[in-house]
Amino acid sequence: MMCTPRTPRTRSIASIRSTPSTRSSVSTRSTRSKRNTFILGLLVALGIGASTAVAGGSKDFQPLVMSEKYRSECASCHLAYPPALLPLTSWRHLLGSLDKHYGVDASLEPAEVLEISKWLEPLAGTYKKVRAEPQEDRITKAAWFVREHREIEAEVWLRPSIKSAANCAACHTTAEQGNYNDNFVRIPK
Amino acid sequence: MFKQNFQQLSLALVLCVAANAHAGDTTPAAQLQRFEAAAGRPASADNGRIFFTSTHGSKWTCASCHGDAPTKVSKHASTGKAIDPLAPAANPDAFTDTARADKWFRRNCKDVLSRECTAAEKSDVMAFLLALNP
Repeated sequence: MMCTPRTPRTRSIASIRSTPSTRSSVSTRSTRSKRNTFILGLLVALGIGASTAVAGGSKDFQPLVMSEKYRSECASCHLAYPPALLPLTSWRHLLGSLDKHYGVDASLEPAEVLEISKWLEPLAGTYKKVRAEPQEDRITKAAWFVREHREIEAEVWLRPSIKSAANCAACHTTAEQGNYNDNFVRIPK
Repeated sequence: MFKQNFQQLSLALVLCVAANAHAGDTTPAAQLQRFEAAAGRPASADNGRIFFTSTHGSKWTCASCHGDAPTKVSKHASTGKAIDPLAPAANPDAFTDTARADKWFRRNCKDVLSRECTAAEKSDVMAFLLALNP
């Protein structure tokens, strides 16, 4: 089926996040895997998010077309965070204040900001869990993010191999590809 | 099928980007000369090393993100994101694009010094980086 970048993913996120599968810990991988298989099967049966299910990533947020400007400018310092993980208002705040970007100067030429915003804004998150602006426009302050990571002890975030909750790829080994499925989580020592 | 096409497209895009990675307009040595000419004095690698590893009024040094030995992949001080080596000997892409070099000096000097770096400071840093071997 033809699909837009967001619609199927939006549905799969909303469906899967509300299931018990996400409550299981990282250590119960086999149990969760069976549950995920069941859920993915269910989604396919319902005709929802087929492309997402085929990708094997129930939390696949990668935009179908990635902006090279976004990758080269934003992903130099941090992961190319999926646009769907913040609402439009948050993205606008961020793009309007790049000279004061969480303590660093990330300023760009106006034309570059415009190029990124044209690509990014239509991809911003609109589904229920992402609709509310998180505190400080941080993905890591969003209620869904905190809930998804509630089993991670404070000590784990501070490990030198992780450093920050913003460092998705430290544990989500397929984050660079936009895949945040629990099956690909490996928490480094 | 859709996914497969997408993967092929992604691969093509990645290869395209990789192919363009070296498409710069300058060399690290030319950047050193440019900054030296603007400073009106020869650069000092020793001064560059001290500058690179010292704080200048804020909590970060250049090395906070680029590492004390910028011949290795380092980690961004706040996000943990991997940063490619700055030393040209360890990274053929380093300082091969004038606009990119200017942009990062402007941004990062503001983070470390709360001002833009002078041409003399930039020339010293370039001399330090060019003297490094992996």
